[in-house]
Amino acid sequence: MLWIAIRMLTGDAQKFYGLLFGIAFSTLLITQQLTIFVNLIERGASGVYNAPEAEIWVMDPVSRTTDVSYAMPSTALDEVRSVPGVEWAVPHLRSAASVRTKEGDLEQVAIIGVDDATLIGLPQNLVEGSKQALQQPDTVIIDDGGLFNMFGPGADVMGERLELNDQRAVIRGVADSIPAFTSTAVLYTKYSRALNFVPGTRNRLSFVLVGVSDGLTAGEVAARIEEQTGLKAETRDEFAEAGVNFIIENTGIPTNFGITVILGFVVGVAIVGLTFSLFIRDNIRQFGALKAIGVTNMKIVRMVAVQAGMVGAIGYALGVMGTAIFLWSFSGNPFFKGFYIPWQIPLISMGAVILILAITGWLALRSVLSTEPASVFR
Amino acid sequence: MTVPASPTPSETSAETAICARGIVRDFQAGQSTIRVLHGIDTDIRSGEMTFVVGESGSGKTTLISIMCGILWPTEGEVKVFGTDIYKLSDTELVNFRLENIGFIFQQYNLIPSIDAAANAAVPLIAKGMEIEEAREKAKELLDKLNIGDQAEKLPNQLSGGQQQRVAIARALVHEPRLVVCDEPTAALDASSGRRVMDLLREVAVAKDRACIIVTHDNRIFDLADRILVLEDGVVTHDGTEMPDGH
Repeated sequence: MLWIAIRMLTGDAQKFYGLLFGIAFSTLLITQQLTIFVNLIERGASGVYNAPEAEIWVMDPVSRTTDVSYAMPSTALDEVRSVPGVEWAVPHLRSAASVRTKEGDLEQVAIIGVDDATLIGLPQNLVEGSKQALQQPDTVIIDDGGLFNMFGPGADVMGERLELNDQRAVIRGVADSIPAFTSTAVLYTKYSRALNFVPGTRNRLSFVLVGVSDGLTAGEVAARIEEQTGLKAETRDEFAEAGVNFIIENTGIPTNFGITVILGFVVGVAIVGLTFSLFIRDNIRQFGALKAIGVTNMKIVRMVAVQAGMVGAIGYALGVMGTAIFLWSFSGNPFFKGFYIPWQIPLISMGAVILILAITGWLALRSVLSTEPASVFR
Repeated sequence: MTVPASPTPSETSAETAICARGIVRDFQAGQSTIRVLHGIDTDIRSGEMTFVVGESGSGKTTLISIMCGILWPTEGEVKVFGTDIYKLSDTELVNFRLENIGFIFQQYNLIPSIDAAANAAVPLIAKGMEIEEAREKAKELLDKLNIGDQAEKLPNQLSGGQQQRVAIARALVHEPRLVVCDEPTAALDASSGRRVMDLLREVAVAKDRACIIVTHDNRIFDLADRILVLEDGVVTHDGTEMPDGH
């Protein structure tokens, strides 16, 4: 009977493709929007991920994320270095600046000052140039996303001169970094040079990046730093999570994406529900005839379940494939750089599809099960 | 002449396919209850083609629905081949129908997306037979019905008469002991209807098989072995020919 159920479904091409479209569209909307949402909010932690050597981030107690920080006095660096268990500690500056390009355009950029000696705080890999170029005068390294946004795709910017806060800066490298949440271009330079680029205030040390001695955990050392210095110290994972949470708590992004995901679900229920009901209604006499002939309600339930399962499996696969194709086709765009589909998201959309089919299948089944076999004689 | 519909049937015998006693059926219409069948007693015998005739609304469809176990009577009992079918559980009744009864519907009710052979094989598939084996068996029957060459066609590629033959094959493929037909010629022209009825008599009527036909097509009354006339829920005639005045 299951073979007959499948043939009944596929034989009505219009409704079959309508059902597939409903499920695929729902899956695509839910999977794609959740994927973008997760990847987007993870950008809140990009500053942390771009400085992979740092095991602990030390900051003023009011600082919340890499982009929302309050500068500390430079003496904080020495205080941190004096804490037992701190293997090394380096200064890290993050600030906003204005850039005037050769064409005369004005751009807001982020300046990141990394330790002069060790260059800790710089992304691990460069797309172009070398880290040692930072030792040359006026050198900045631009992130690849910023390069795309400021100069366009494929632009050769090596040696390009910029007017950075009214001072000369020369691009001598392109960093392979995770884009920031705001898509602002990021210019990496030495800490000492960054102090010159950023307008002078008394305190300009944004963070102290810390390495932990062997045998100790980052959590233990962070607690010691907080106790001894009164500063806030967070492990890499804690600070990354704080960056993500900041976006969740302070932007309308979760609400907006949530609404789209809910819409995807509702559209799925509407399209699939309507099409499934039409399909059942069109075949109600056949189902009635089957019941009269001697097909039990349980077999009818299995038939409808197989029809729903088949539509669900194919539609879901199409939807997830659509999301993968979407990400692949936009992979050249820096906004989507590093985007991936976390394994939990396909499971969530599968749950949504199962729920859609359970609701619509149940609604459709009600009419089949309540159909009296005798109705076929009317 | 009208014959009162109260044959004093003996207890269910070997040749009695259906023994119906005191069949009453009410339907709710809003606040009121409408009695459609008024205590019908009748027997249907094997080896006969029994016509149930009457005007629209006379209760003939309700009567055969009750006789073949797809509509519960309000009162009364129905024994089909000795089994009191309304004392069976729901599942037992469904299985009883699958094993013992073949249906031919007025609208055919063929499944549009499977071919004629698969449509004819539905009862066998429902009984759990492998699809190919069931199709082969159905094809043999379609051959007998002279549409073997149409076995691979979908219902919408067949004429009305051919679809009716597929429906007949579906009703007989699992060799039921009772065949129930609802207006089998209603959608056919006179000659096609006649051919279908001849065919039905040839294949559906057997010594150990009963065939009940609900119809008001007077072109085929002469093919009946027995005619039950229903009027307002009462059997007003039970004989081998239509009564005068009908």
